[in-house]
Amino acid sequence: MAFGDQPLPRFPEPDTEPFWEATKNHELRYQVCDDCSGIVFYPRRHCTHCLGNKLSWKSSKGEGTVYTYSVVRQNYYPAFKERIPYVIAWIDLDEGFRILSNVVGVDDPAADVKIGQRVQVEWQDYESVSLPLFKPV
Amino acid sequence: MVTKQRDAAIVGIHEYPLRKVDGLGALQIKAESAARALEDAGLNWSDVDAIYDAGDGAGGGMGGLSISEYFGIKPNVIDTTMVGGSSYEFHAAHAKRAIAAGKAKVALLTYGSLSHSQTFRIGTGGRMGAGPASPIGNMEEPWGMTLISNYAMVAHRHMHEYGTTSEQLAEISVTTRAHAMRNPEAVQAMKDLQLLPGAREITVEDVVTSRMVADPLHLLESCIISDGGGAIVIASADVAKDCRHKPVWLLGTGEATKYRENGGDITTTAAAQSAPSAYGEAGVKPDEMDIVMIYDSFTITVLAILEDLGFCKKGEGGSYVEGGRLRFDNPAGPALNTDGGGLSSNHPGMRGIFLLLEATRQLRGESTSQVPDAKLAVAHGNGGMLGTRHAAGTIILGKD
Repeated sequence: MAFGDQPLPRFPEPDTEPFWEATKNHELRYQVCDDCSGIVFYPRRHCTHCLGNKLSWKSSKGEGTVYTYSVVRQNYYPAFKERIPYVIAWIDLDEGFRILSNVVGVDDPAADVKIGQRVQVEWQDYESVSLPLFKPV
Repeated sequence: MVTKQRDAAIVGIHEYPLRKVDGLGALQIKAESAARALEDAGLNWSDVDAIYDAGDGAGGGMGGLSISEYFGIKPNVIDTTMVGGSSYEFHAAHAKRAIAAGKAKVALLTYGSLSHSQTFRIGTGGRMGAGPASPIGNMEEPWGMTLISNYAMVAHRHMHEYGTTSEQLAEISVTTRAHAMRNPEAVQAMKDLQLLPGAREITVEDVVTSRMVADPLHLLESCIISDGGGAIVIASADVAKDCRHKPVWLLGTGEATKYRENGGDITTTAAAQSAPSAYGEAGVKPDEMDIVMIYDSFTITVLAILEDLGFCKKGEGGSYVEGGRLRFDNPAGPALNTDGGGLSSNHPGMRGIFLLLEATRQLRGESTSQVPDAKLAVAHGNGGMLGTRHAAGTIILGKD
């Protein structure tokens, strides 16, 4: 990646690589511990609830709510500067995990995005991975 | 009131006076500040037997080793804890413990930075894709979260849950600016750094009509970017009794982390964990504090931490800060960031050391916004980022 390009996940990175591998098929994955049923996200090899290390990948429906957000109006980094203003948000997926993403597909970010709003995943494809983004339902 | 043993005290301080440093390197700022702080204490390099260093100043990449050689000291205790801007509160806490355990008598903490001169765009210019690949980087960098939008998401959720307003948050900027205008070094900084809207007091209206940088945070709710540095000397009780100034005791300490969790509450900070430990050790309560020094990276940082430090209930910070309650000359509440804070005096990137410096000046009676006979202060450093992961160090300070 050259400076100024859209930042994408970098590999090798053993914890998150299976998550990103699945995005190529537009699958939004999270982990559940086989031993204690605890949800783990962001992805890791170990369970953060018990001492287990047997985690199963589950597929999310990609539906959730906006936990909180901001409208970014200043970012000197070239790939983002051209998108200003854009919405950065924490999304609570219905399965119980929280992901950082963008809310897209709105005319006026300040007026059309709300905390508690229902959103649905949509994918932006790149050569190496697809980025999960969210749009209002 | 205070009942616990007094085993370690701040005996020497120095704040590097310039925010736009001309000619000195970051390591030189650290050494200059260290020498002046030791002079302030009436001690010398050879008295220092514990070194604390957060790795700032490009010290050659060997932390406590190379900085010891650079200063010319031979410490028995070397601590390179690096938790961002709260590192200095952690260092003070660790120094108190090392001294209480008899492992050291004189601890030195230093900081130096050229963030302004090197034009670090701390809040809005994320150096994306730098450093080795990591789980956190892979799960956060692709979406363009700037540092200020990280904090702004805390503010938005706080507003949503508790009805907090931009006007209430603005009170914090107004109060710290009023304090800064009484501090000649801060006024010089406003001129040297050409801060908006000029070297003058500001109103709530000024703040909420300033440019929105990341909704709901405005430009005048954001810390400045300056150069700067400073040093602190912490000594045992037997050393402190022969120093030049009356000791400012470290009465209690607390350390904690807070990070994003599935279903977690983003409006509660690590202070909720670190503060009870600090108050408990000191044997004091929030309402006894004369001075409250909080890392004011943004207004929301102060508001959320005031709640978690116990000055009001969670969610009531907005109404608590109204009406200039935290001004140095308002007896209705503790005095907040009486040097002008990161919002209006200096912010070279890791501001935690200045919280301890100004708390010490208040307890010595040397502040430019002096609270009459201030006896107790709390300094709370917040390092990292409020909305994703941060470390917090709480230090209770008191005078005899």
